[in-house]
Amino acid sequence: MKNLFGKRKEPLTNTQLLMTITIGIFVVMYILAMTLLGGGFLHTQQIFDMLNDNASLIIVSCGLTIVMIGGGIDISVGAVTSLVVMSCVLYLNNGGNVFVSILLALGIGLGFGLVQGFLVSYLEIQPFIVTLAGMFFARGMTTILSVNPQKVDHAAFSKLRDAKIEISWLGYTAKNGNVVPARIELGVVVALACIVLVFILLKYLRLGRNFYAMGGNQTSALMLGINVKRTRFMSYILSGLLSGISGFVFMMHTGAGNATNAAGMEMNAIASSIIGGTLLTGGVGNVIGTLFGTLTLTTIKKIVVSSGLNDPWWQSITTGGMLCFFILLQSVVLSRRSKGKKS
Amino acid sequence: MQENVLLQMSHIEKRFPGVLALNNVDFTLRKGEIHALMGENGAGKSTLIKVLTGVYQMDGGEITVEGEPIVIKSPQDAQNKGISTVYQEITLCPNLTVAENMFIGREKGEWVRHKEYEKRADEILTQLGIPARSTQQLGNCSLAVQQMVAIARAVDMKCKVLILDEPTSSLDDKEVNMLFSLMRDLKGQGVGIIFVTHFLEQVYEVSDRITVLRNGELVGEYLTEELPQVELVSKMIGKELEELSSLGETEEKNIVPSEVFYEAEGLSSSEALPFDFSIRKGEVNGFTGLLGSGRSESVRAIFGADKVNGGTVKIKGQPVKINKPVDAMKHGIGYLAEDRKRDGIIAELSVRENIILALQVMNGMFKPISRSEQEAFADEYIKVLNIKTAGRETPVGSLSGGNQQKVILARWLLTHPDYLILDEPTRGIDVGTKLEIQKLVLKLAEEGVSVTFISSEVEEMLRTCSRLIVMRDRHIVGELKGKDLNQTQVMKTIAGGEA
Repeated sequence: MKNLFGKRKEPLTNTQLLMTITIGIFVVMYILAMTLLGGGFLHTQQIFDMLNDNASLIIVSCGLTIVMIGGGIDISVGAVTSLVVMSCVLYLNNGGNVFVSILLALGIGLGFGLVQGFLVSYLEIQPFIVTLAGMFFARGMTTILSVNPQKVDHAAFSKLRDAKIEISWLGYTAKNGNVVPARIELGVVVALACIVLVFILLKYLRLGRNFYAMGGNQTSALMLGINVKRTRFMSYILSGLLSGISGFVFMMHTGAGNATNAAGMEMNAIASSIIGGTLLTGGVGNVIGTLFGTLTLTTIKKIVVSSGLNDPWWQSITTGGMLCFFILLQSVVLSRRSKGKKS
Repeated sequence: MQENVLLQMSHIEKRFPGVLALNNVDFTLRKGEIHALMGENGAGKSTLIKVLTGVYQMDGGEITVEGEPIVIKSPQDAQNKGISTVYQEITLCPNLTVAENMFIGREKGEWVRHKEYEKRADEILTQLGIPARSTQQLGNCSLAVQQMVAIARAVDMKCKVLILDEPTSSLDDKEVNMLFSLMRDLKGQGVGIIFVTHFLEQVYEVSDRITVLRNGELVGEYLTEELPQVELVSKMIGKELEELSSLGETEEKNIVPSEVFYEAEGLSSSEALPFDFSIRKGEVNGFTGLLGSGRSESVRAIFGADKVNGGTVKIKGQPVKINKPVDAMKHGIGYLAEDRKRDGIIAELSVRENIILALQVMNGMFKPISRSEQEAFADEYIKVLNIKTAGRETPVGSLSGGNQQKVILARWLLTHPDYLILDEPTRGIDVGTKLEIQKLVLKLAEEGVSVTFISSEVEEMLRTCSRLIVMRDRHIVGELKGKDLNQTQVMKTIAGGEA
């Protein structure tokens, strides 16, 4: 009867547990960086810079989290981001309108999502193959559009690009006595909005719960009356759409298009999701975790640079190490859990 | 009586290419009864269930629920019409909460009302006495509770007919009792339950009525209390007791007093309960029992095919460790798997490659067998075993079932095993080949090879084995030899002694 009247505290679900671990590690790591390295880590701007620089990564990671919870994978996200950037830059430089360029960005992302989603869900082709093809296709298209880097030259867009939210009380006082406010780019606002929306989707919408069910056990999901094909289709559409948004945010940050934009972003997004507690096997994951996954990954990179290891390969090596560490940690934690349960 | 009928399936017919899987089968389920559906492998019980749940479409016959004729188009459709199934493998999502598992896929609207579902789920769980909380993650619950949650979902969907397909296979005794009391509760509420199981004792513990199928035909419907176990077994296997007795005693086989080759004490695996077993050099013995009695699991444990949990094993008196198939092979044990498609042949490889496979594994990858040797071996065994194939390079997949079986047999014979385990070597192959294989088994035994033979056909076992180990509900319940080695005695032992 206790379950009817008294609310009992449930143990953390696997999703919550993995997310908590990530947040914990992030906090510990950041405090360590503050005390040991000092410097930039002592300024709040450091966190905002991490967000400013990685807004588009956070957005694609949200999409990837959705797909991975559903038990799939989408490695086209970086290339689609790049294609969106290049398309929008060229469109704006040819006298386009900012509003239409946003629609263009969403349209390209949606297009990739629709086609890839259709191939994966209805024709049942391996998602890895489909999105690998999508990745090559988008990269190729970007290069066709322009081999050379293109800078945006558009008055209205420049305003948007340079718009920053300045919060003076979060800033710091420079040596000459001037207050330097904390600067947040608009892209960060978009990224945080995406996080909130995807969080609501995953937790409170039927579609979101269906992603978990599908990733947890596909046959069961089918038997429970879920339209698995449509659900999977939706996950790729959302990932495509978020790649489109990510492309626009990327352009707002850099103000230029380049065929090598967002190179390797898909891998960073997968790493962020995994570090944030999303399992590659599906059914477990959370976007809040993903946000902290991105931040953890970025912090590590910053720490590496601040420690004087400036060569770019050190970042790669530490990212690889981190990923291994987290996957190991997850599998140890989860297997210990399930062992404890069976008895 | 007639108003009491909940579900009536009459003259059901289902054809598959070349097979009449269900031939004019009737089945009647009444309100508030637990009705066991029994039959051996291939009897048609799972086909009947699949017709009822809309997985298959029937080719003839009629289904009525409470007097209304219905057509069932899909499993979803069946659920909507009040026919719910809980399968052996739990078809719920372990990563979601209990409440979500009860309501997902049938919510209205786009928003998930967690609080409302949790409240409703708790009410149902309390009402049915299921020890689970709605907010628990399903994966955290025991298998029995997970199964009960599946039942609770069905109950909440206003199911009238509840099909439980082998629900107890992975439960322990306590959990089985929990499930049974839930079944009795539901029965009290007027739900009709179809209970499919291979555990005879459970049938007698919980069911009111039994319908027996055999070879796609209805054998009959009986009140459980009026049908003794031994009769049930004979109805399932298809031999009348009197007929069995009249066969008379089979000739007494000589039991060769030779040294013990293999001996196991308290051997158990992830699938098999602890058991003792031994076999002498040149002896042919067999494991018998109904499907699911644990006979295959036991021999798999001997071969190390499943994770071995405990027990001591001696070969020729020397203690040895057999934890995986390679260990067993190194000690001269060969194993012909029950499901040759899954565990045995590699269809895309040629006859030659399939034959030399086990020998190659034993030699290790650094001592390859030369091509000419391989060809000589293949040709030799194709001739000895009379394998009908276009040539030694023909892919095994294109051979008939019996010849595939001979290829696997050749594979093991090539390793010159001291002990060969044959699990259903004659299933699905023609009579001629069956006899050839039986003869081969006896010939091997004369040459000093020990053989353990498993077959669903008791007659076949009686012809080849000098000792039969009888299993029921995963335990060894008897060992028959000499005079006792006859059909009647085997049936009685399978059914549980008192007849």
